[in-house]
Amino acid sequence: MTETRTGSRYSWGADEHLVVQIAEEMTLAANFTVMAISTALAEQQLDGILDICPANASLLIRFDPDLLEPAKLESAVRTIEADVAQQDRPSVHTRLFEIPVWYDDPYTHAVGEKFRDRHQRPEGSDLEYAMAELGLSSVPEFIERHSRSPWLVSMVGFVAGLPFMFQMVEQDRQIELPKYLRPRTETPKLTVGHGGCFACIYSVKGAGGYQMFGLTPLPIFDPQQQHEAFRESMVLFRPGDIVKFRPVDEAEYRALEAAADRGEDVYRCVPVDFELNEFLADPDGYNARLLGALDVG
Amino acid sequence: MWVEVVEPGLATTVQDLGRSGTYNVGIPPSGALDQASAKLANLLVGNPVDAAVLEAPYMGPKLTFSGPTTVAVTGGTAQVLLNGEEVPSWESVRVDDGDVLSFGFITAGARLYIAVAGGFNVPTVLGSRSTYALGGLGGFEGRKLEAGDRLPLGEGAGFVSRTVPADARPAWSREVELRIVLGLYDYRLTQDAVEALLSSDWSLTPVADRTGFRYAGPKLGFKERVQPFGAGSDPSNIVDAGYPIGSIQVPSGSEPIILHRDAVSGGGYAMVGTVISIDMGLVAQSAPGTVTRLSEVSLDDALAARRDARSRFAELADALS
Repeated sequence: MTETRTGSRYSWGADEHLVVQIAEEMTLAANFTVMAISTALAEQQLDGILDICPANASLLIRFDPDLLEPAKLESAVRTIEADVAQQDRPSVHTRLFEIPVWYDDPYTHAVGEKFRDRHQRPEGSDLEYAMAELGLSSVPEFIERHSRSPWLVSMVGFVAGLPFMFQMVEQDRQIELPKYLRPRTETPKLTVGHGGCFACIYSVKGAGGYQMFGLTPLPIFDPQQQHEAFRESMVLFRPGDIVKFRPVDEAEYRALEAAADRGEDVYRCVPVDFELNEFLADPDGYNARLLGALDVG
Repeated sequence: MWVEVVEPGLATTVQDLGRSGTYNVGIPPSGALDQASAKLANLLVGNPVDAAVLEAPYMGPKLTFSGPTTVAVTGGTAQVLLNGEEVPSWESVRVDDGDVLSFGFITAGARLYIAVAGGFNVPTVLGSRSTYALGGLGGFEGRKLEAGDRLPLGEGAGFVSRTVPADARPAWSREVELRIVLGLYDYRLTQDAVEALLSSDWSLTPVADRTGFRYAGPKLGFKERVQPFGAGSDPSNIVDAGYPIGSIQVPSGSEPIILHRDAVSGGGYAMVGTVISIDMGLVAQSAPGTVTRLSEVSLDDALAARRDARSRFAELADALS
């Protein structure tokens, strides 16, 4: 366990893992550093690296010490980290997705009711809880706040293809909410959830502790790779993707779900370049320009 | 050639040595939890070590064979029956068309490994034949086995009598010591908690499967702090991070969990150390109630233990080839 000048922390997960903690708190800048290091390390194609897993503010590397000495790996990552710190215009060439969400749907609502004894607030729904926690006066106001500004996919994981997303707004406007007191044993597939400062989309049905706000009709994990969108990968999202939620009503949700089932092209996705410093200088203005790509795309 | 499942056991799955390159999207390595037992089972039937085998926790399946071949059973200790007659484990066993392989209760250890000559020839998904049931991929149709499943076999070598020498077979105990490397977020624990982690008897609870193993014992305290932005309110919370295989997390300070090869790839609980890779087979062969001690070793100790285990395995493999 060693700390460097930049405040990052390198630590061994026994003989097969190196964890590099860039920062303790979540920021877009920390996530950018993580992505830049991960990308550069992958490009080196070092023999013996098994997995490079960028997370929100840290990075996990799984390796085979018979092929790659731990000291060599650490030195390679430290060199990359120093190079990344020199970059004065951090940017990422990525994809912007528009993801439809049926907020306040009856399915997540019913599951929420079933597990009320595990929730902070026994009465009402998760959305009403979120509204009250943020001091907002109506659920539509909360939905507007959740869906207006885009989100950066800061990590993919927990289970297959699940994106963690960090909203691209100043820290004092972040939606920060506790998780359920005790995790549910059930969460509908494709639930849009929220815990801490992260949104997520549950890729598979299962246990979960995040607040539940709605459902998207678009699959994000397809192990059979039947839909064209999954031809290259079983999972839709990659770290660095940007997601804009769009509220839809039940009719549109059902139409999109059926269209996705028929294999139609229902994914709205455009390539974009994201410049961290330009964003930090004027988040709302930058987001407005960024989201314009969806109108022409 | 195929093997037909007559009775599936509790949660029998097809596993090889696992995959890499997909943990970054939440698809874990999977593969045999007790890798040494899976490799030895393969060597006994003349397969490469990374052929696909069956892993059966707590209770073996009942299987029939569509033709003559060779099988071997390793891992946990259980009576192995061929057409109702006892046959040895840790040895190659000749079977004929229509023979029925079945098992008694596991009396030591927790997981059986069953290799058949040629290996289970299920499709390779993401570079592996291992089942990842939570994601519904790999293995046989992405799931644990069910009665009536017909598992295709690869082209096997002919029968050769092979035995793992008695002194090279593991002796499973209800008292286990696991070597761990402290680190990761261990600085979040109080000094008392670090001492308790390393000096307590941890009893394996029934929550023990391919994802992780949960242990009962004393509560461990985390240092109070103003939580970093995005980490969550409990002192055991961190900004969600990647979880190493073998890492030990302590949600809310109670019941530590050791993640295994079907791990969730990340989450928001502080990890305080990691079991060294060659002791992960001991975790796999722990049955609920197993009393477990955690002892601290350095990274260099872990690497030395790994080298020792490799050279011992290489000698054994030579003897079996």
